[in-house]
Amino acid sequence: MLKIEDINVYYGNIQALKGVTMEINEGEIVTLIGANGAGKSTLLKTISGLLKPKQGKVLFEEGSIGGKAAQSIVKMGISHVPEGRRVFANMTVAENLELGAYLRKDKEGIKKDMEKVYELFPRLLERIKQQAGTLSGGEQQMLAMGRALMAKPRLLLLDEPSMGLAPLLVKQIFNIIQEISEAGTTILLVEQNANLALSIADRAYVVETGRIVLSGNADELTSSEEIKMAYLGGH
Amino acid sequence: MELIQQLVNGISLGSIYALIALGYTMVYGIVKLINFAHGDVFMVGSFVGFYSITVLDLSFIPALLISMIVCAIFGVLIERIAYKPLRNATRIAALITAIGVSLLIENGLIYIRGAQPEAYPNDVLPMDKLDILGVSISSQSILILSVSIILMIILQFVVHKTKIGKAMRAVSFDSEAATLMGINVNNTISATFAIGSALAGAAGVIFGIYYIKIEPLMGVLPGLKAFVAAVLGGIGIIPGAMVGGLLLGVIEALVSAAGYSLWRDGVAFIVLILILIFLPQGLFGKNKREKV
Ligand SMILES: Nc1ncnc2c1ncn2[C@@H]1O[C@H](COP(=O)(O)OP(=O)(O)OP(=O)(O)O)[C@@H](O)[C@H]1O
Ligand SMILES: [Mg+2]
Repeated sequence: MLKIEDINVYYGNIQALKGVTMEINEGEIVTLIGANGAGKSTLLKTISGLLKPKQGKVLFEEGSIGGKAAQSIVKMGISHVPEGRRVFANMTVAENLELGAYLRKDKEGIKKDMEKVYELFPRLLERIKQQAGTLSGGEQQMLAMGRALMAKPRLLLLDEPSMGLAPLLVKQIFNIIQEISEAGTTILLVEQNANLALSIADRAYVVETGRIVLSGNADELTSSEEIKMAYLGGH
Repeated sequence: MELIQQLVNGISLGSIYALIALGYTMVYGIVKLINFAHGDVFMVGSFVGFYSITVLDLSFIPALLISMIVCAIFGVLIERIAYKPLRNATRIAALITAIGVSLLIENGLIYIRGAQPEAYPNDVLPMDKLDILGVSISSQSILILSVSIILMIILQFVVHKTKIGKAMRAVSFDSEAATLMGINVNNTISATFAIGSALAGAAGVIFGIYYIKIEPLMGVLPGLKAFVAAVLGGIGIIPGAMVGGLLLGVIEALVSAAGYSLWRDGVAFIVLILILIFLPQGLFGKNKREKV
């Protein structure tokens, strides 16, 4: 579904991704793990069009999206839930969700999908008129995910959805990620919490200082000594 | 009774400041630029209204609409030509450019038609004196005030209920996140300039009808005062610009009523200094919003 071939991405003169190659197949949950500053968010931003690769290809369903404007990439079916949620704090929950469907014209479909989002996240339904900035961190995460789903993505990019959440809520969010996946959306998940990410993922890539250093099936990686030492707390 | 008449004058003047201040505040909200050419868009609007009325022989409402449309296009052109190439430049570069654009418009117009003033015909709107509870108020003031209020209501509707309005608020809060929704940030910024400039154009026509005399440098002082009004209300906040404009108009009128009419222009700047010292975020401003 998504193919990334040997991309280099820069911030000014600083190279953040060095020859990254990866692939995501339809229906998979793929996770990207790596330390702070490894380049995980940079990779997601490159896929969603916020950054342009200097070299290399990004192919989505065989078409190249590697230099396209972010808004046309959303239209093609890739939604990005950015790190830190980035909800529109000055707008209500409902308005945030409406903005998620900004490019859609099918009023009926939008209404149905909004109901689906409220089913998935009942806490948002209770707070429909509340300003997004006054939501708790967990609720903001739910809103950011719901907002992305409103675009009806076929590929959903999630950047550290568990950041700053209590363990119980993290579990809830991960259950919902699985539900979204079962409903037919392909998922690329960036996580610090490697244990948890590997537990729901089909495959994983490990990123270190801008390079993919390891990849494989999630269960293989879970039992690999290297990963255990570096990311799973050493036991 | 004198006092109440002065208050009415102040509110009429204030509604003109408010209409101009809205453009300052909307543009600042979305691109963080103080568009110092905004007062000149107001001036151009005033001239377009003048020619529509005198040359094209139009009445008030069509002249107002033509002025708004011409200014909307003019504002978008200014943004695309002068500001867009500097989107990622330093703020000071953009600010200096804005001052340059302002001088260019003023002197461009003087070059084209000369610096002589014009006078709006005094029969554009009926001039009856209405007697309300013993206070005589001109029907003109009331019409002007109603038009301003209607425009502000339409603006509130556009900003809160329409798709483009929601896009404007989204971009002004977090343009990168807005891009991820599929919002075209460039078009949204253009729309903001169009709306703000249209309001300045309307203010220009209203000003001409109310104060008769117009000339190519007329935008400078009202532009600066409207900027003060925007800061007073809290720059970037739409209701703040409305309240700030009205308040500034009323303060000026009260200063005149108290017999210090020579001070009325100075007062705006005293207000600016006081606000910057004691309430830098403005009346409606929250403390700096934090992004987590
Ligand atoms: N806007 C920017 N300008 C310059 N350098 C940047 C910018 N954003 C990120 N970088 C650098 O690029 C590298 C990769 O950053 P990135 O945000 O992709 O890391 P990450 O893997 O997502 O880390 P984290 O887990 O902390 O979110 C880092 O060295 C970072 O300092
Ligand atoms: Mg990151």
